[in-house]
Amino acid sequence: MFGLIVEAIVLGILTGGVYALMASGLTLVFGVMDIINVGQGALVILGAYLSYYLEQQFHIDLFLGLLITMPLMFGLGLLIEFLFIRPIKRDRTMLSILVTFGVALIIEGTLNLIFTANNVKLQAWYITASFQVGGFYLPYIYVFSFLLAVVLLGGLYLLLYRTKFGFSLRASMQNRTSAELIGINVERVSAITFGIGIGLAAAGGMAYGATNAFNAGSAYDLISRLLAIIIFGGMGSLQGALIASVGMLVIEDVTAVVWSPVWASTVFFILLVVILLVRPQGLFGKAEARKQ
Amino acid sequence: MRMFKAVGLLALLAIAIAFPLVFPNPAVTTIALFALMFAAAASGWNIFSGYTGYIALGHAVYFGLGAYALAIMCQDWHIPGGYLPFLLVPVAGLVAAAFAIPLGWISLRVRRHTFVVITIAVFFIFQLLAFNLTQITNGSIGLGFPIPIDWFGNVNNFPFYNFPFYYVTLAILLLAIAISWWVRNSKYGLGLLAIRDDEDRALGLGVKTGPSKLAAFVISAFIVGMVGATWAYYVEAIYPDTAFDALFDVAIALMAFLGGLGTISGPILGALLLESTQQYFALQLVSPGYYLIAYGALFLVVMLLLPRGIIPTLNERWAKFKVTRLQRQQDSGAIVTALPTPGDGAENVDRKEEINL
Repeated sequence: MFGLIVEAIVLGILTGGVYALMASGLTLVFGVMDIINVGQGALVILGAYLSYYLEQQFHIDLFLGLLITMPLMFGLGLLIEFLFIRPIKRDRTMLSILVTFGVALIIEGTLNLIFTANNVKLQAWYITASFQVGGFYLPYIYVFSFLLAVVLLGGLYLLLYRTKFGFSLRASMQNRTSAELIGINVERVSAITFGIGIGLAAAGGMAYGATNAFNAGSAYDLISRLLAIIIFGGMGSLQGALIASVGMLVIEDVTAVVWSPVWASTVFFILLVVILLVRPQGLFGKAEARKQ
Repeated sequence: MRMFKAVGLLALLAIAIAFPLVFPNPAVTTIALFALMFAAAASGWNIFSGYTGYIALGHAVYFGLGAYALAIMCQDWHIPGGYLPFLLVPVAGLVAAAFAIPLGWISLRVRRHTFVVITIAVFFIFQLLAFNLTQITNGSIGLGFPIPIDWFGNVNNFPFYNFPFYYVTLAILLLAIAISWWVRNSKYGLGLLAIRDDEDRALGLGVKTGPSKLAAFVISAFIVGMVGATWAYYVEAIYPDTAFDALFDVAIALMAFLGGLGTISGPILGALLLESTQQYFALQLVSPGYYLIAYGALFLVVMLLLPRGIIPTLNERWAKFKVTRLQRQQDSGAIVTALPTPGDGAENVDRKEEINL
């Protein structure tokens, strides 16, 4: 039993890294642009299908394929931002939820048409092969995708805290109007942030598709978890998203072992409600101050 | 003008009552029935979200709770089919409202942006619970209902099968409209609108913001719960993913947005337009892919072209038209005092529409 719990914790941390990839995009976009991209789940699945397509048609390795899919999804993010987010002038947060939901429906429908509703799973040697560590076998993919998450999130950290763009981004996050006043092109920063968020979703999608069988409908399951993660961590807080992702996956995996897999995500959601009773703004969120 | 309005409303009511008698074709009455259901649900949703400006994207929770409450009552109390389950519809609505009290209390502790996301999370919790609490909900196998029997004691006598459902739904819709009208024209509703415009200032002016929001939330859950119960009895079998449907969450919000958020007639107009289109799409475009694409595209077009909704846009046009007519009269020599200027500050007051209906 003890061994199983250790295994669950290790797996939880490793998969938590992948969720952190997807959630960081979501929380970053909220922080900078004040919009909630409920299409993130569908975009993650789109990323997974892109990797699947490249692998099936051109036999491109999943991790190498990211060099193609991530820029592609970055561009798609810029396009979505330009076409659908930028025209929203008033009530941004509310309308953005509905608009991105519309985008998600279109993506889901298109994926349904092209790939049908059958579940698929990504193929590669490191998905099937595993190595022994401690008392259990661990497929390589968990370690590889965790490393991928570490590298990408490290890159994101450097981008945010060590570059001029990062300064602009954090300034826009703190106060949009003041950032504009000191000459930051907030619209451009927003567009690029949205693109980055969706580029990260592509990487997260590959890792998700390598560890889970998925179809277009998996987007609903994903977005519910991602939203729960960013509320738990505090909306707009990057470190909150990282800690909440790992915490959620560890709690789920441990619950699955000690109780039952069907209750795994319910326990997390109930914990979320309890946390919100004590801290409505989430773990690292700032209390919402009066607007104006 | 007032007289004119009253006659118009009575005429609309007469049309709504006579509709299934004039068009007894079951395909037509089914579409009309679903349109009415969504009109009632969107109207109930609007009492909370439209008036307070807190967009709830989890009202499928109360829809599903109403549905499951009715199914469980019918099952446990061995209710035969026929008209008896309709009497339990308000009870199912009350069950949904009872759940809405703690849920609303938790989720209304935060302000707008986080509130939206919490309602979505609560929705997924309930969908999961419906799947997992197999002793109560029977899990993914779902729950069934007794078979409805029509006036003449026949089972599924088709032309008449929709009739009782149609009138029950119409009654719920009328109740929703009555509550909506009352709220909009009462001091309580004024408080809700104040919360929408500036919550802190409303609190400072003595509006009890917390209890006001919660009361509106519970009222809207009650109406949506009753719609859910009626829907469940109509479709005869419910499953976790049909009773707690993510599309329902967004559909009613979209309908209210299309017609005009925070107006009385807006959500109803939006629901009648959208739901009949959706039913048509569902009939015409068999593949779920095309259906989703068409629906998503419609969604985007509505949000980007008519972000304020049909009713407020029309009201604004009408006001502008009246102003230009006045101006023209002035040009032709008629005496007009206190001329309103067109367009001035229209952008600044865009959330405070003057005309209620």
